[in-house]
Amino acid sequence: MGYKILDKKEICPNQFEIKIDAPYVVRNAKAGQFIIFRAEENGERVPLTIADVDKEKGELTLVFMAVGYSTKKLAALNVGEELVDIVGPLGQPTHIKKYGTVVCLAGGYGAAPCYLIAKAFKDAGNKVYMIMGARNKDLIFWADKMKDACTELFITTDDGTMGEKGFVTGVLEGLMNQEKIDYAIAVGPMPMMRAVAEMTRGTGIYTEASMNPIMVDGTGMCGACRVTVGGETKFACVDGPDFNAHEIDFDEVINRTRIYKDQERKRSENCNLLKQAEK
Amino acid sequence: MAVERQRVAEQDKIQRRSNFDPVESNLTEEQVKLEASRCLNCKNPRCVQGCPVNIQIPQFIQAIKEDNLEKAGDIIRETSMLPSVCGRVCPQERQCEGNCVLGIKGEPVAIGALERYVGDNTKAAEVEIKPSGKKVAVVGSGCAGITAAADLRKEGHEVVVFEALHKLGGVLRYGIPPFRLPRVVLDREITNLKNMGVEFKTNVIVGKSITLKQLKDDGFDAIFICSGAGLPKMMGIPGENLNCVFSANEFLTRVNLMQAGREDSPTPLKVGKKVAVIGGGNVAMDAARTAVRVGFEEVYIIYRRTEKELPARLEEIRHAKEEGVIFKFLHAPVEIYDKDGYVNGMKFEVMELGEPDASGRRKPVGTGEFVDVDVDTVIVALGTGPNPIIQKSAEAEGLEILTDKRGYITVDDTRATNLPTVYAGGDVAPVGESNAINAMGAGKKAAKAINELLK
Repeated sequence: MGYKILDKKEICPNQFEIKIDAPYVVRNAKAGQFIIFRAEENGERVPLTIADVDKEKGELTLVFMAVGYSTKKLAALNVGEELVDIVGPLGQPTHIKKYGTVVCLAGGYGAAPCYLIAKAFKDAGNKVYMIMGARNKDLIFWADKMKDACTELFITTDDGTMGEKGFVTGVLEGLMNQEKIDYAIAVGPMPMMRAVAEMTRGTGIYTEASMNPIMVDGTGMCGACRVTVGGETKFACVDGPDFNAHEIDFDEVINRTRIYKDQERKRSENCNLLKQAEK
Repeated sequence: MAVERQRVAEQDKIQRRSNFDPVESNLTEEQVKLEASRCLNCKNPRCVQGCPVNIQIPQFIQAIKEDNLEKAGDIIRETSMLPSVCGRVCPQERQCEGNCVLGIKGEPVAIGALERYVGDNTKAAEVEIKPSGKKVAVVGSGCAGITAAADLRKEGHEVVVFEALHKLGGVLRYGIPPFRLPRVVLDREITNLKNMGVEFKTNVIVGKSITLKQLKDDGFDAIFICSGAGLPKMMGIPGENLNCVFSANEFLTRVNLMQAGREDSPTPLKVGKKVAVIGGGNVAMDAARTAVRVGFEEVYIIYRRTEKELPARLEEIRHAKEEGVIFKFLHAPVEIYDKDGYVNGMKFEVMELGEPDASGRRKPVGTGEFVDVDVDTVIVALGTGPNPIIQKSAEAEGLEILTDKRGYITVDDTRATNLPTVYAGGDVAPVGESNAINAMGAGKKAAKAINELLK
């Protein structure tokens, strides 16, 4: 028995939003948690953060970019077809409570989880700023949805085609000068999360970053997702994925994500789907 | 003239270095006869005491002598649901065979090989199942769970086994490699359970996807937690998070469960030239022998005690040596060297054996002398601990499960936890050595207690 795709949309070029029938994932899912999927029999296990849930219908929403072999396989599934496996919710939920003023920084195609995170912070009584950044306007998605989830939404693009020109850290700096910020959370590419951590370091703003290292089982039994936090080895899948960004050894975690780069490239080159798409 | 202990045929040592086919085949029918004839049918059989679940060994061997294989199968299955598995993976030299009287002057009866033959060539007797109207949740599909599920189902309970991974079998699936336990054997046991009406739900993590309280709310009258001890212990030395340092769990899961390394598998595997496997248990042997098969040129097993203290099965140690695994004894890991974020050799301290420790084993003591070993990959096989997911989630909903200091669930002799209707067994609540047969024993005990409870 598989997990049926109920809806599928391409929300920006090569980036998809899908809804899946997954009642066991949705029942206890909270903001900041993730799932592991296998698109096909013999497929690999790949983590994706939960973008949205409909608890009544048992529907899970995922947002992903078709960048590698498995995300391309997932993107190739049509409405009515099934994935072979989805397991979750995994990891610790984002540490939601009333801090006062919270800034959510959402970078690139990994920004979707910020929707539930911002919403949960807002529901907990915080003033929530969200800063959403991408390379250009075509890569900005869910702007209306994100706006509803926070108190105020800022958009940045590297090329200035939408919102402010520049990086999310530019807006963050402006907010920091303007008022007292109590908590910041960054979700996006490693270099972006590191830049946020550097900007808030020493300012008293408690900052978390949502780690996305390589995972296999996602339940704490292998340690592929090891991250050093405050000098201690943590497993991102069970202890995280959110950690104190000022204590994360970013050099190490970035190094660990490149171990299979060559193999992944070769595999993507041999991927028939990619070949078809390029024809 | 006395009959000699019969030996199973083995795959050629060179040939088997490049495949995952079973190393050992079964005894032949003729050999089984000869081997069974060696059993003295002792009045006070010491072999039975050596078996953690006390299989009636002389009786099943007598049934073989009488040409009644089905009866032999029935006798074994009265106490052990997985003869094909246990006949292959039990450390018999420390259990049944280690106690056999013939072993005092010569070689013990090959009980494991006989059990395996009977298991492979007979089927569990079909039992009529009368619905009891009660529901039991089994958390984990390893040895303990499979065994408990069968015994619970026989009493007519609706049994649902929840498994976190996408495939069933626990360590038998992701840990023990197919050259030691052919997957047809495992699949056959699981199919038997499905045919009995046991329901399996994969991709469900109890403590995350569903909590203990929710299981109770959903109408489960009893819960058996047998989630194992799958959390890998690392060494805690510099360089441990470099690329190409793997836990044995990760390495074996990639190869066994995900089929990494095969052409048609998208799960990647990093195969270097020289690998150090740290540890001396069965998992270390499995990792080393798997490393040989996926193409490492030099495979070391590095252990801090001596050969005499190796906890692995004798058979696996011999097989590893035959397959070219190089053993280094009295070496304790100190540091892993870094080159551009990847493993670039390892430093060890040379040890010597000191006084016996609390467990009675002589403790390794550092000599102050250090050596470097040239490797590009490190696999850590230093054992595992219990995963705290269930305990933590239960605590969060006000159902605190008592555990010991190391996080293992505390149970009484019936495998009952401190919570009413919640039982635990196998490696998550271990009693004695951690192995398949002990987990099965726990599954049987818990099932018995739950069956009593639900009467």
